[in-house]
Amino acid sequence: MRKFLMSTAAIATLFAAPVPLAFADESVEVLHWWTSGGEAAALDVLKKNLEGQGVTWKDMPVAGGGGEAAMTALRARVTAGDPPTAVQALGFDITDWAKQGVVGDLGEVADKEGWDKVVPAALQNFAKYDGKWIAAPVNVHSTNWVWINKKALDAAGGKAPETWDELIVVLDKMKANGISPLGHGGQAWQDATIFDAVVLSLGTDFYKQSMIDLDPAALGGDKMVEAFDRMAKLKTYVDQDFSGRDWNLASAMVIEGKAGMQMMGDWAKGEFLKAGQKPGTDFVCIRFPGTQGAVTFNSDMFMMFKVGDDKKAAQMKMASDIEDPGFQSSFNVVKGSVPARTDVPDTAFDDCGKKGIKDLAEASTSGKLFGSMAHGYAAPAAVKNALYDVVTRNFNGELDSKAAAAALAEAIAAAKG
Amino acid sequence: MADLTTTAPRAVTNPRATLQDLLPKIVLAPSFALILIFVYGFIVFTAFLSFSGSKLLPDFSTWVGLNNYVRLFNHPNWITALKNLAIFSTLYIVVCSAIGLALAIFLDQKIRGEGVLRPIYLYPMALSFIVTGVAWKWFLDPGIGLEHVMQSWGWESFSFRWIKDGKMAIYTIVIAAVWQSSGFVMAMFLAGLRGVDNEIIKAAQIDGASTLTIYRRIIIPLMRPVFLSAFVVLAHLAIKSYDLVVAMTDGGPGTATWTPALFMQKFTFGRNEMGMGAASAIIMMMMIFAIIVPYLYSELGKKK
Amino acid sequence: MSAASQDVATRNGIFARAFIYAVLILFAVYYLLPLYVMIVNSLKPLDEIRQGNMLALPQQWTIAPWLSAWSTAQIGVQPTGLKPYFLNSVMMVVPAVAISTILGALNGYVLTKWRFKGDNIVFGMMLLACFIPFQIVLIPSARILGLTGLAGTITGLVLIHAIYGLGFTTLFFRNYYEAFPTELVRAAQIDGASFFQIFRRILLPSSGPIIVVTVIWQFTNIWNDFLFGSSFSGFNSIPITVALNNLVNSSTGVKEYNVHFAGAILAALPTLIVYIVSGRYFVRGLMAGAVKG
Repeated sequence: MRKFLMSTAAIATLFAAPVPLAFADESVEVLHWWTSGGEAAALDVLKKNLEGQGVTWKDMPVAGGGGEAAMTALRARVTAGDPPTAVQALGFDITDWAKQGVVGDLGEVADKEGWDKVVPAALQNFAKYDGKWIAAPVNVHSTNWVWINKKALDAAGGKAPETWDELIVVLDKMKANGISPLGHGGQAWQDATIFDAVVLSLGTDFYKQSMIDLDPAALGGDKMVEAFDRMAKLKTYVDQDFSGRDWNLASAMVIEGKAGMQMMGDWAKGEFLKAGQKPGTDFVCIRFPGTQGAVTFNSDMFMMFKVGDDKKAAQMKMASDIEDPGFQSSFNVVKGSVPARTDVPDTAFDDCGKKGIKDLAEASTSGKLFGSMAHGYAAPAAVKNALYDVVTRNFNGELDSKAAAAALAEAIAAAKG
Repeated sequence: MADLTTTAPRAVTNPRATLQDLLPKIVLAPSFALILIFVYGFIVFTAFLSFSGSKLLPDFSTWVGLNNYVRLFNHPNWITALKNLAIFSTLYIVVCSAIGLALAIFLDQKIRGEGVLRPIYLYPMALSFIVTGVAWKWFLDPGIGLEHVMQSWGWESFSFRWIKDGKMAIYTIVIAAVWQSSGFVMAMFLAGLRGVDNEIIKAAQIDGASTLTIYRRIIIPLMRPVFLSAFVVLAHLAIKSYDLVVAMTDGGPGTATWTPALFMQKFTFGRNEMGMGAASAIIMMMMIFAIIVPYLYSELGKKK
Repeated sequence: MSAASQDVATRNGIFARAFIYAVLILFAVYYLLPLYVMIVNSLKPLDEIRQGNMLALPQQWTIAPWLSAWSTAQIGVQPTGLKPYFLNSVMMVVPAVAISTILGALNGYVLTKWRFKGDNIVFGMMLLACFIPFQIVLIPSARILGLTGLAGTITGLVLIHAIYGLGFTTLFFRNYYEAFPTELVRAAQIDGASFFQIFRRILLPSSGPIIVVTVIWQFTNIWNDFLFGSSFSGFNSIPITVALNNLVNSSTGVKEYNVHFAGAILAALPTLIVYIVSGRYFVRGLMAGAVKG
């Protein structure tokens, strides 16, 4: 047996050329979950930029569960007293870590480069804690998009819906045309992504009251019952095999014309582009009907941890490189999102991207830019997941609209406590 | 070889050599000490955690008494998880043992091609569920998997959509879990069967016992220690079933396939509710102990 | 010279044998199905997978997904494929399996042949250790690794895996040695053989089968572990499972299922080889035991 194991080891050694690690004086260790395909390649741009400045990038990727696995690993790292230099993180998780007193201070770079002026205030709420910059925002995803197959839309009248009623008309026509009107994957976060948009479509005030302020009256009120009614209505346009489907397979259904449209954040665009489709001619991107002018966002940030003085310079370089307009442009063109800075030129972006940049700037100035509940920017993880439970149970027919609204108020109250 | 089936007598004692007397304990001590710290010490730590208001990281500055346990048992997902664990672990342990024993007995009948079949039965245990879960998810998906294929082969009325049905989805998890582990159980039984002493069987045959009787009365009862090992292996896999559920349904449809391990992981690390996660872990440990301790007691007590 | 219970078989009728073969083959199909799904789809271009029929053979065969998974797929920011992570896993698995197996064998030997007052309680406690959910040990283990300076190292991973494997290895060896004739041990002792001499000369030579079982078990569990691997590894000690997970778990990127399946099979190759190769060993070990008897 031992001989066997040794030979296995020998074979493995033969095949596995270890990654050559050039140890420079300066290095950053980065924990993130952009581990595959385009998003990882996009991050590689940042790595190359840093290497150009003599900073080694020590990669610590942990994918899974939309960052849950990475956050698990981060707890182990922090507990062991060995936190990474920078960690990809979202929304309230950043605030939660800041409360533990383990994050660093980017003030030096932020002041010098004037981040306060170019990063939307809604993002600053998360990237700053106690008035100090602790994280460098990379991008802004907006989640209230609808992606429509152009042919299917033409067959259903050709006009993109602008109100809830128009949306229902289009969906009905698509159904009559024999396709599955709504391509959707029945995973809790996808259900909640649609729910975000549905709540927003009932008014920006209502979104703020219920999702941001977590007002019990709004959460359990009649308007919330109506929101769940709308969810139930949308459910009737989903094919019967929706449960558990990955979001990108739902995108594929729209691309192939098996489904008419998908309600998903702007990362879905990558799937369409990868399939060789062109915005405007093969697919159409619109804001969720009734939410025009408002944006629910989700922003990827790199949270910086307290590190020794020897690593501090590299950490600052990394923060500075993230906020470099050139990087913000090239990264976001690949990722499908829009830059976290509002002063980045939109020339490199396609039509949907340009619209995204414009919408973000408008929503930011008009006060209609809200954190997405489904993606951890409206409330802390416990509340977000309590909402997931109720929304997904409702969408799967376990709770009717009235019961769901009551359960939502109750679950969120319990999670807050 | 001497008779394998006699029970080993108790300690061999030799009053002459003192170091030799201590040596066995010295050998055992490091393992036991590590287990004491890394298992029992950490269980105590978790018990403390479950009475604290820990959120993101352990936090022993706020104590909430039994509050985490109260919230736990008021949480619909935990109730679902408990029900699922009961269904899942019972079916999984029974079916795996039954299939394992049956396959081992069948494979023990001088089968041609045993050398080919055995690794086929065994290999699922070698694979990580990170991706075989995806294969199962596809296979069970009515739109692209078994149902689709059967229908395209002309069996129009064929329907198999358990994974999409909240009431049935947990059974699809059983199917995949049995797939993964029953081969390993088979190997354990096969090893047991081949260790059975010739003489006893010959004697029974001379007495005119039928094949069925020999298996039922002699061979299967001799498999007792194998049953213990199989039970321990399976029960531990059942209670820890996490990867599998995440890969196949991630708790869905809705919250229909939540299990306690999933609950603990999600609450501790996803929802920043470490206190509640610890409470769920303690309940899990208590359930495990409630099942295993009496079983161990009867198994080990008998030998005395 | 065949194993004992096989003799019962010779009295089966032809129908019974046909039935037995049918059942065995049916189960072989059940066990092979997911592997078939994985292999077939790993040899298709992505477009073909998107079209549906996952049980169909590829219309257009390609090995590109395999090459990509091995050496060019994006794992984190580096497009290295799974290749570099193999060595990390091997360096972690081999010592961890060796340590836990050796300790388990010694423990099993002590617990059955050198019994002492309370030995059953010690064994019971070690056995119960098998059942601890690993999620709860994560944070305290991390603290200990941090304090001992082993955080983020392969040594730390080896230590953790060896400790949490002890319960099982002890169980396996204890049950195996339980059936081993104590008379032989006693006789050797009277002849003046020492504790370790008895273990090495008498028990170890006939421990082949249980060593194989234990090694298979430990190798598989440690090789496939994700939780410890992702939490306790550093940037230069990431094991293959974590890399595989990074390959297949893109959050908002395009999912290349064909590459995922190819990667999964590649990552599982060592465990598959251990199963197939030592499966033969297993029988040979058993036969050898029977010959001696």
